[in-house]
Amino acid sequence: MKLLTGPAPHIHDTISTRRIMLDVLIALTPSAILAVLMWGWYMLLLEIGSMAFAEFLEFFVMRVFRKKKDFVPDLSASVTALLLVFNVPAGISWWTMASGILVAIIIGKEVFGGIGNNPFNPALVGRLFMYISFPVAMITWPQVNWLHFWTPAYDVATTATPLGEAKLHGVAAATQLFHNLTWTSFLGIIPGSAGETSALLLIIGFLYLWWRKIVSYEIPVAYIGTTFVLSAIFWLANPSAYYDPLTSIMVGGLMLGALFMATDPVTSPVTPMGKWIFGIGAGVITVLIRYVGAYPEGVNFAIILMNALVPFINQFTKRRVFGTMKENV
Amino acid sequence: MLVWRFKGGIHPPTKKLAKDSKIENLKPSKTYSLFVAQNSGNPPKLIVQVGSEVKTGQKIAEADGFVSVPLHSPVTGKVIEIKKEKHPVTGRPADIVVIERTSDDEWVKLSAKPYTEYTPEEIKKRVAEAGIVGLGGATFPTHVKLSPSKKVDTVILNGAECEPYLTIDQRMMVEYAEEICKGGIAIAKSVGATKIFVGIEENKPDAIESMKKAGSAFGIEVVVLPTKYPQGSEKHLIYAITKKQVPSGGLPMDVGVVVDNVSTARAIYRALEFGEPLIERGLTLTGEGVKNQKNVFARIGTPISDLLDYAEVTSESGRVILGGPMTGVAVESIQMGISKGTSGITVLPEEIVKKPAETNCIRCYRCVEACPTQLEPYLLYKMFKKKMFNEMKEAHLMDCIECGSCAYVCPANIDHVKAFKTAKLVVRTLGRR
Repeated sequence: MKLLTGPAPHIHDTISTRRIMLDVLIALTPSAILAVLMWGWYMLLLEIGSMAFAEFLEFFVMRVFRKKKDFVPDLSASVTALLLVFNVPAGISWWTMASGILVAIIIGKEVFGGIGNNPFNPALVGRLFMYISFPVAMITWPQVNWLHFWTPAYDVATTATPLGEAKLHGVAAATQLFHNLTWTSFLGIIPGSAGETSALLLIIGFLYLWWRKIVSYEIPVAYIGTTFVLSAIFWLANPSAYYDPLTSIMVGGLMLGALFMATDPVTSPVTPMGKWIFGIGAGVITVLIRYVGAYPEGVNFAIILMNALVPFINQFTKRRVFGTMKENV
Repeated sequence: MLVWRFKGGIHPPTKKLAKDSKIENLKPSKTYSLFVAQNSGNPPKLIVQVGSEVKTGQKIAEADGFVSVPLHSPVTGKVIEIKKEKHPVTGRPADIVVIERTSDDEWVKLSAKPYTEYTPEEIKKRVAEAGIVGLGGATFPTHVKLSPSKKVDTVILNGAECEPYLTIDQRMMVEYAEEICKGGIAIAKSVGATKIFVGIEENKPDAIESMKKAGSAFGIEVVVLPTKYPQGSEKHLIYAITKKQVPSGGLPMDVGVVVDNVSTARAIYRALEFGEPLIERGLTLTGEGVKNQKNVFARIGTPISDLLDYAEVTSESGRVILGGPMTGVAVESIQMGISKGTSGITVLPEEIVKKPAETNCIRCYRCVEACPTQLEPYLLYKMFKKKMFNEMKEAHLMDCIECGSCAYVCPANIDHVKAFKTAKLVVRTLGRR
């Protein structure tokens, strides 16, 4: 027999980075399909095209600039790309989208040394760039165009979103425009960024990841829970000026952000305690931006700000090492 | 009894393929190849030369200092070669004695009397004379453990056997429960302990039943532990049974406990009752790479190749591992002999052991969750890459028990343990300067 050598352990769990990324893509698929049902072929083009472009960029950087001859794509670029598509209006022009992908992959990820080394969620870096550079395009929301596959999203009449309308004309006006808002935003047949609309499908996707032990529950529970509680306080103080807490957690980008963006392992804390702090912090910032700040939605900023704090959170939430218990010493 | 679950740990497939196979005696080999350094601590000093005639059980190397034990000839025969070869564990050249077997056993035994008639001091002396070391794999001289400088009130016999594939301790408990219990009694007597426990993972019901039956007559309590790797780690076993954590950098005696493997307990009994030096041990021959899943008694120094022939290797290429798949060492040569620490030979075909190249850490926290010592392996590895050895020490590198849980779960295929072993060597070397 030919003797092979190598360090212990000699057996390994079958999980790989690529498998984790594939699972995330699987978890995002229901929302991706819903977006195509609402906004047609152009949506499908954005999704597929963005993933392909992101993979190409990463491949190019790894092979040409980093000279990694054996680099094989691990699908992380696709995850970034799909999340970015989910975060923009469906009618966005293809070149705006492409510029966002370029920034997300190159500035958000590769300049830091590629996967695992980026301090900020790359998709959110890309979105922030698009939000600042193309402010009009990024708030031009096409109406829901249910099952008109051949009508491109950029040809569909535009509309407001629940959070935008509430910011501009107040909650009373918004509830006139959107009937049964709690339910429609739970199901997701509602205007908004392409992949953020359906709380239900995002939760199903998240539960899949949780079942696969890819993510843990602390960040989403802390984030959504904090948003719920703070929204409830605002609402109880003045019910006519704010959405009720249940609607508050269904609308906007909260579900997508809390379930899929804030939970990015690279840019979130490692210990359970750290995750709670991260989630609560993001919730506080989100509600403050929504209700006190100038922007209708604060999920993007909240997560990016908390990303910046991760090294400190990790530093202050170290666990007690076995054998250093107080009662022993 | 209430059992304290340690935090972290993993659940690899247990693969106890040989669990129902009775421990068999091997037919003698032609030659035996023994590392002189069989114990951790000081290696003993060789007292034979090429050409020396030796008898079974005759001392061939003398203990050198307190943390050292003598070595005995496993057979009756002649020393035919003394050479240096790379040691599979340390990776450094080590002395090897090769003994050719020339006839049936002519025994040289130590004196013997019923095990209950030994005084505590006599027990320690005998354990040292018999060359007994921890048979779980650590090979620490047992008489040193039996001479604690602090008050010890509890003896724990380690029958957890959490390493996947290995079944020798399980079979020992099924087949030699009474001898193990008697060894436990002797250990307790030598250290002045009043309580004796046997910790066994719940996936070995036959061993639990057998030890309960035998243990009741000796006042030995069987503690059923959850099946979770690394439950058999000394510190985690003590925690499970006593809720006491051995302090960082400390020893079990710091919490009033002595832990010995069940096979070690049996060896102690045999040394007392029959005057047998440690020249034989039980081990498991297992893995998907061999046809016969076996537990055998083999003399120390038996060539690995003979054991593999007995088990019938079926795979074309793979790793031959001394010990189990989590902490064992893959050998580069099967000509060398087994040693006192060889609890099994696990043969794993290439398709099981191969893994893709290392990729970037994505801080998925799996290693943090898996670490039974609550370290942060991802961070330690990052420090290692930057040669931040002092920072690693500050981050409790020396508390790492090298169980391999972090590397097992890592989706980026990082070899944490290999890095940490190197880093520990560096830290120790820097500390000495």
